[in-house]
Amino acid sequence: MIRLVGVEKTLGGQPVLQGLDFSAPAGKLTTIIGKSGGGKSVLLKHMIGLLQPDRGQVWVGDVEISRLRGKALNEVRKRFAMLFQGAALFDSLSVFENVAFPLREKLRLKGTEVARRVDEKLEQVGLAGMGHKFPAELSGGMKKRAGLARALVMEPEIMLFDEPTTGLDPLMAKSIHDLIVTMQRRFKFTAIMVSHEIPEIFAISDWVAMLREGKIALMAPAADFVKTTDPEIQEFISVSGPIRLSGVAAG
Amino acid sequence: MMVNRLGAWALDSIQEMGRMLLFVLSSFAWLVRPPLRFVQIVKQLHFVGYKSTFVVVLTAGFTGMVLALQGYYTLRKFGSEGLLGSAVALSMIRELGPVLAALMVTARAGSAMTAEIGIMRITEQIDALDTMAINPLQYLIAPKLVAGLVGVPLLVAIFDVVGIYGGYLVGVELLGGNGGAYWNSIESAVEWKDVYGGILKSISFGLIVSWVCCYKGFFTKHSAEGLGTATTEAVVLSSVLILVWDYFLTSVLL
Repeated sequence: MIRLVGVEKTLGGQPVLQGLDFSAPAGKLTTIIGKSGGGKSVLLKHMIGLLQPDRGQVWVGDVEISRLRGKALNEVRKRFAMLFQGAALFDSLSVFENVAFPLREKLRLKGTEVARRVDEKLEQVGLAGMGHKFPAELSGGMKKRAGLARALVMEPEIMLFDEPTTGLDPLMAKSIHDLIVTMQRRFKFTAIMVSHEIPEIFAISDWVAMLREGKIALMAPAADFVKTTDPEIQEFISVSGPIRLSGVAAG
Repeated sequence: MMVNRLGAWALDSIQEMGRMLLFVLSSFAWLVRPPLRFVQIVKQLHFVGYKSTFVVVLTAGFTGMVLALQGYYTLRKFGSEGLLGSAVALSMIRELGPVLAALMVTARAGSAMTAEIGIMRITEQIDALDTMAINPLQYLIAPKLVAGLVGVPLLVAIFDVVGIYGGYLVGVELLGGNGGAYWNSIESAVEWKDVYGGILKSISFGLIVSWVCCYKGFFTKHSAEGLGTATTEAVVLSSVLILVWDYFLTSVLL
């Protein structure tokens, strides 16, 4: 579904991606892990054309997007939705208006149809009746939920999650993870998530990829990933204590 | 070493100017493409225009009053108090109206524009627009440019009128000058080209304010400090550009 070939990117004189190859399987949840500041968000932004590679190609389906601009790029972006680190809700709009925003702006839907779809999504993410609130009145977890509702309302084929649980307490992080997994299973979108939540991600992801020195050091199904013999990766994933496998990965 | 640095500075400056030009040109190009962002334009006009009215009226009133005060004492030395009206009106219409109104808009609305867009940049709201396939230049920037272009000339018109009445209040009501002479001298001295020049100035100042303030906000660096710097730079650069451009425009219009 999404394929990066030999992608190189230098930001502020620092090489961030160095000939990176990556391919995300369609309809699966792939999680990218790696050190902070290692370029995970940069990698994610390449997939949706927010950043262009210095060299290399970015394929979305059968379209190469790295040199696309304007309308052609927007056509590809219609297949995507992204949940940002801070949820990136529009401050000046209420939760309802935030979720309704893409429906009104892109699909030109009106009145009751917008209300129906927005209410449905807010209910799915557990924010029923919260539509009138403004982002400033929401907790971190609620913002993420609202951001997720806004991303899902357009029923995207591909969802990108940029550290969806950063800054949340463990319980809230778990509920966001559960929500992402439930939605992914239900709507079957291709999901790519950047996360630090080790070991939880091994339980919820289909595939896990490790970014190291600007390249994918290892990408494998979650259950196989934890068996890697690479000492550096082992150290990275076992720092948070013994890995408890459950759910998908254990199965 | 010195030459290297100078060269790097020159290249950076030229690059920045090129970026600024591309920024404003592509914003205008997006403005004329459907869908027309009518609601956004009205919202911005309300913010830049209507909400600046109070501060503009206040500055205009006192500017007119102090002009009359100064002018009256100077003109009296030559026995020409009757020309006070034309002195106040011409200074207002040709110079002070456009410049002071634009500076007030910079301070009130321009700084807020930079801060608003800057925060949207830092919190990835602008990226979010991009990912939704909505062009931020069209949705966010173009309406603000239009608001500057339309709002500032309207505010300048209010500034001129209030300023001239402020002058009347001090020159005639307070200092006892001749009211008839005040209005009469305005009517005989102010020509269409004075008004036209003032309008031209206010349109270009409106563009400068919204252009510089939007640009600085749009390219804010990702930190609280970056936002502070962007806002300061926006206000300083707009104010300086207004005054510099005012000189050149005046020299051409005269």
